[in-house]
Amino acid sequence: MTAPRDLAAEFRAGNVRGLARAITLVEQRDPSVRHLLESLGDLVRPPRVLGLTGAPGTGKSTLVDNMVELLRSRDQAVGVIAVDPNSPYTGGAILGDRIRMQRHALDSRVYIRSMGARGHLGGLSVATREAIRLMGAFGFEWVLLETVGVGQSELEVAAIADTTLVVLNPGLGDGVQMIKAGIMEIADVFVVNKADLPGAQKTVQEVRSMLSMGPRLAWRPPIVSAVAVKGEGTEEVIEAVERHRQFQASSGEAIQRAEARLKDEAADLVGEWARAEARRLLDTEPGLAARLIRDRIPYSAAEEILTRQGRRLVPEAARTDP
Amino acid sequence: MRVRYHRDAAGEAPESWDSEYEATPMRDDGIETATLSGMDVKMLYTSRDVEARPEELSGQYPYTRGIHKTGYRGRLWTMRQFSGFATAAETNRRYKYLLASGQTGLSVAFDMPTLMGQDSDAPTSRGEIGHCGVAIDSLADMETLFEGIPLAEVSTSMTINSPAAVLFCMYLAVAEKQGVPFTNVNGTLQNDILKEFIAQKEYIFPPEPSMRLVVDSIEYCTAEVPRYNPVSISGYHIREAGSTAAQELAFTLADGFAYVDACIERGMAVDDFAPRLSFFFDAHIDFFEEIAKFRAARRIWARHMRERYGARDERSWKLRFHTQTAGVSLTAQQPQLNIARTALEALAAVLGGTQSLHTNAMDEVLALPTDKAAQVALRTQQMIAYETGVANTVDPLGGSYFMENLTDRMEEEAEAYFERIDSLGGVIPAIEAAFMQREIADAAFRHQQEVEQKRRLVVGVNEFMSDQDDELEILRIPLGLEQEQVQRLHEVRRSRDEARANRALERIREAAANPNQNLMPLILDAVRASCTEGEIMGAMVDVFGLYTEKAII
Amino acid sequence: MTASSAPPPPTARGKAHPLRIVMAKVGLDGHDRGVKVVARALRDAGYEVVYTGLRQTPEMVVEAALQEDAQVIGLSLHSGAHMTLFPAVVEELRKRDATDIVVFGGGIIPDEDIAELKKLGVAELFTPGTPLKDIVEWLRGRFPETAAAPAP
Repeated sequence: MTAPRDLAAEFRAGNVRGLARAITLVEQRDPSVRHLLESLGDLVRPPRVLGLTGAPGTGKSTLVDNMVELLRSRDQAVGVIAVDPNSPYTGGAILGDRIRMQRHALDSRVYIRSMGARGHLGGLSVATREAIRLMGAFGFEWVLLETVGVGQSELEVAAIADTTLVVLNPGLGDGVQMIKAGIMEIADVFVVNKADLPGAQKTVQEVRSMLSMGPRLAWRPPIVSAVAVKGEGTEEVIEAVERHRQFQASSGEAIQRAEARLKDEAADLVGEWARAEARRLLDTEPGLAARLIRDRIPYSAAEEILTRQGRRLVPEAARTDP
Repeated sequence: MRVRYHRDAAGEAPESWDSEYEATPMRDDGIETATLSGMDVKMLYTSRDVEARPEELSGQYPYTRGIHKTGYRGRLWTMRQFSGFATAAETNRRYKYLLASGQTGLSVAFDMPTLMGQDSDAPTSRGEIGHCGVAIDSLADMETLFEGIPLAEVSTSMTINSPAAVLFCMYLAVAEKQGVPFTNVNGTLQNDILKEFIAQKEYIFPPEPSMRLVVDSIEYCTAEVPRYNPVSISGYHIREAGSTAAQELAFTLADGFAYVDACIERGMAVDDFAPRLSFFFDAHIDFFEEIAKFRAARRIWARHMRERYGARDERSWKLRFHTQTAGVSLTAQQPQLNIARTALEALAAVLGGTQSLHTNAMDEVLALPTDKAAQVALRTQQMIAYETGVANTVDPLGGSYFMENLTDRMEEEAEAYFERIDSLGGVIPAIEAAFMQREIADAAFRHQQEVEQKRRLVVGVNEFMSDQDDELEILRIPLGLEQEQVQRLHEVRRSRDEARANRALERIREAAANPNQNLMPLILDAVRASCTEGEIMGAMVDVFGLYTEKAII
Repeated sequence: MTASSAPPPPTARGKAHPLRIVMAKVGLDGHDRGVKVVARALRDAGYEVVYTGLRQTPEMVVEAALQEDAQVIGLSLHSGAHMTLFPAVVEELRKRDATDIVVFGGGIIPDEDIAELKKLGVAELFTPGTPLKDIVEWLRGRFPETAAAPAP
């Protein structure tokens, strides 16, 4: 594994492999990534993060492909993170989202990274946030985060993205999709893709009526129609995203969200580090383990670890003391 | 697993038979007894396993036993060996050799750049020229390919799909130069774009414009080249991609119905074009399953054509098909064994009543066949035709309890698939949802696992291996071939009337944008003007765009 | 809003992380039965497979491997153009200063060509009939430190 210092050098040189390797470090939850990010401090400029979620087969990848095309035509550098689940049994995964973005394959200002949602503690979010930070540091102005809407992933996307887009299709068991826990709350923009299919108008209306039944919010999520395979609707989607950005900036929500996210991230990191180190301590300190086993319930052990072990809960590779 | 199954009408088991059966030890080698496609096979079939139905005769609706009364007694199947490699001149030589050896029809294999609508000087053609077929860039190449071969007397099948219209027009232009009227031109164009999206993946344009071109070609042939089969609706590639026999059957016929629907939508009367729709199936190694598949195919097509589409001409009801023995069953290990495999598969095709047959050469796993290997493949058909006697009676397995039972089950499975495809909105929506592709990928993976677990044996590969393997002479494409082909191409461009060529291409672009215009006459003009395949396809890509598949694994 | 998920099952723990393999069909041919079957087997063996699909050029394959930080590239080709395209991928890796990425191939490749391709830098070639477990075993042998589930 390349030392963080050398990695930083590759990174600063604009070598895409440096970025790729740094993201791997982050995926592997290597605590030394802290040093890399701190050494890149001056470069870190948060990109605008758009999260796209929705049921499989709704055309997210094609939409992302079109959005990349449009952003590129405006001379923006774009990163894409495409998340697919890993098998819970074997840990393996087939990551096939790049296929939909062939036309950007050799554009150096487009970076596409497939990530298996490996079920790390903290889920998708911790690794992805750091990956996004790295992409921003590398010079990407936008990051499109695409995940399949299974399990908790919509919530995880919404926790990371500046604007969350929920992609729907007409006639897909209509009402049912909306009801799925959390979708209505997290969407900043609704995209009805494959809008050339029958039932599209009905779907738009259903979303509208569900929104009106919900709490009155300052931001009313627009509902945009698109036919991604024909390249239609992309401008309207980006326009809706842009309006959201303006809303967030003028309402102060941008700052609020950013602060809340940073706090979440810090808390997640505490959880992640503490958990890993707690486990290590329990495995290596016979006294601690013995007391836990004698107690038969975990509370004293947990309290002991947190109060007495304190600093030791920061992984060695992440520490800054000499 | 022991199945208690022999029961008479009253539901009683004949005591002695069953008890003896129960007491007899069975083979215990862990090998699957179900067919290659997973259809259950009982140890014994009896009259109880067959539905009572009115007697079926050959040449009689629904044609389960064959579309012609006299079968091979009336006319043997066409021995049509698919070939082509390197340059048009080389392939011309091979064709003359095969015709002299007794082959009765020609079949053209094109190289990858030609199959993908690209000229030999395109950057993505590098390394691919002449390997899996003949390189054809323009009319000049097509003329060389058929030099000295009278198109009025020889029927030619061309295996090409997305650019089929272009190559077909080149063929017509050659016939024209030979003074053969289009009404005398005979043969088959594969031109089955739906199976490209499903299995072979040699698509170029998206599904809608691709279908439009196919319908244009059917419409054109119906009017101008009435003895030519404008489509060969194919199951071969679907099977080779890993599907089961029932999937091959179902997806192929579903594609066929989709073309019928599209032509009817264009305004054609079903009996005008349906008689010239032809089919192309695989003959795989599980012997009886294949024969049942062919019989079921005929029955299903006839019923749907008559009852669903209301076709009245009986030629519309009769499914005609070409068969190729399964490439995917051939092994690189102990390749001489492939001769035996091919013979058995060819026998299944003949017992299934195929109208035309290609037998693979033994070395085809590794490369294009040598002259010697190609000849052995042809001789295999000749032995079946003239030595074995199987051609002397129609549908010899008709009436077999097993065969009739299997045919019925094959039909049922196919109908179940039709329902699923319909529920997805039809063939094109099903393709876009990757339904067939997923079924195929799953079946392919299942098969691989069966082989790995030795529940299916492949002789020479997972059992009965041999230390010393046969030395195979591999046919190599000569070095320098690419440059020669490219030079020829550049010469064509240099010596043609450039203005005329450009005008022809422009007219194609205009017509492509108008869905009500048939593109065929314009493509023919462009071909006569020495436009290259790449240029003509490029003009259409400008209007239709390129397609990226939704890949599933 | 915090998000949490259940701890990962044992195979994904610890220092060992899945090997990343980019699989691609180079050239014009579209026969993807083999590459898809192999991709599934590699996933079942615990690897992360980035499938880049059909009609990949050597440049596209290598770019994908670099972006994805893959350790391995698997190429599939059935059209006879392997002697041009496989070495072109190796050459592109050299140009991009990434010769540590291991390349293996599969498809219709005669024995004589296998020896030649290995000389040109392709690590291994798997011809028709190779059991999937052989490919997995070869990868395990080559990359023992990466986690992989036991063979099915």
